[in-house]
Amino acid sequence: MVTNITNFGRSGLSDWLIQRASAVILALYTLFMVGYLLLHPNLDYATWSGLFGSTWMRIFSLLAFVSMAAHAWIGLWTVTTDYLKPTAIRIAVQAVIILAIFVFLVWGVQVLWGA
Amino acid sequence: MSMLQVSVYRYNPETDSAPYMQEFQVDTQGRDVMVLNVLAMIKEQDSSMAYRRSCREGVCGSDGMNMNGKNGLACITPLSEVVKGGKLTLRPLPGLPVIRDLVVDMALFYKQYERIQPYLQNDTPEPAIERLQSPEDRDKLDGLYECILCACCSTSCPSFWWNPDKFVGPAGLLQAYRFLADSRDEATSERLAELEDPFSVFRCRGIMNCVAVCPKGLNPTRAIGKIREMLLANAT
Ligand code: SF4
Ligand code: SF4
Ligand code: FES
Repeated sequence: MVTNITNFGRSGLSDWLIQRASAVILALYTLFMVGYLLLHPNLDYATWSGLFGSTWMRIFSLLAFVSMAAHAWIGLWTVTTDYLKPTAIRIAVQAVIILAIFVFLVWGVQVLWGA
Repeated sequence: MSMLQVSVYRYNPETDSAPYMQEFQVDTQGRDVMVLNVLAMIKEQDSSMAYRRSCREGVCGSDGMNMNGKNGLACITPLSEVVKGGKLTLRPLPGLPVIRDLVVDMALFYKQYERIQPYLQNDTPEPAIERLQSPEDRDKLDGLYECILCACCSTSCPSFWWNPDKFVGPAGLLQAYRFLADSRDEATSERLAELEDPFSVFRCRGIMNCVAVCPKGLNPTRAIGKIREMLLANAT
């Protein structure tokens, strides 16, 4: 057993499962977005803002944002532990990554509910 | 003339400040010999050349090395399989510390093997004759027990290069599954608990270098997938 305290789910199994589940959610969200944009070639502000005003779209978007946050944390954490061997640099980079993810998540929520 | 140009990694920490490649011309007399035979001819030219070998028939696992960029056993690799353009380049297995020339320090590799407790654990009092296994249960061990611990797989795995102290590596994981799959072993949940962290098993990225090089034709990636399935079934 190798202990770790900076990975997302504290266990390799949960990280692995979350990484796969979040990938599926992000793929669905991307497909939906591409499909929606293709079906609305003359998209105007009212329609776009209306889409994000609906509750289901806010749920779907928030789900995608949270998935993105988890996915990025797990993926980038793995990269830091593979390639950054000096502990101080590794922890610093992990901290910056986690902070950036947090900022983007809060910002995303603000954009969603600020519409 | 059937001269083979061989370039060999040389390093003697007592006299060399850095490793270097040494060129040899070897006369194979046109025969398709094994790489290990070529090494023997080189040793006749330069007796300081160091490499490991024992069985010279792919059983002991001691002459794993990197031949023209691919890991394998020198004793069962014919020149026709590896030589490109009349040239052969021999290097030690990648990722492990070099002791001398083609001899690497396998301590980390064995430490990972030791960690998975490669022995049967069963506290039930032994029956009078022996612990029986059905033919079906015995079949589950095929493709697992044949490993000769040559380290060709683990030293071709990038995940093992970056974290040899934390990632068990394909060879160790194949053996971990060999005991997880054994119907006579009773330590399954303890074994699984040791493996669920982010490194031991989950550092495998499924690149399958291990499968590509195993001289015994074994498939560590499949065994790793099975361990993941067992972990998932156990924890959800
Ligand atoms: S799995 Fe194959 S390559 Fe790996 S140590 Fe065993 S025999 Fe060698
Ligand atoms: S499949 Fe996994 S264990 Fe095999 S070489 Fe790739 S990362 Fe290593
Ligand atoms: S010398 Fe024994 S496997 Fe090659």
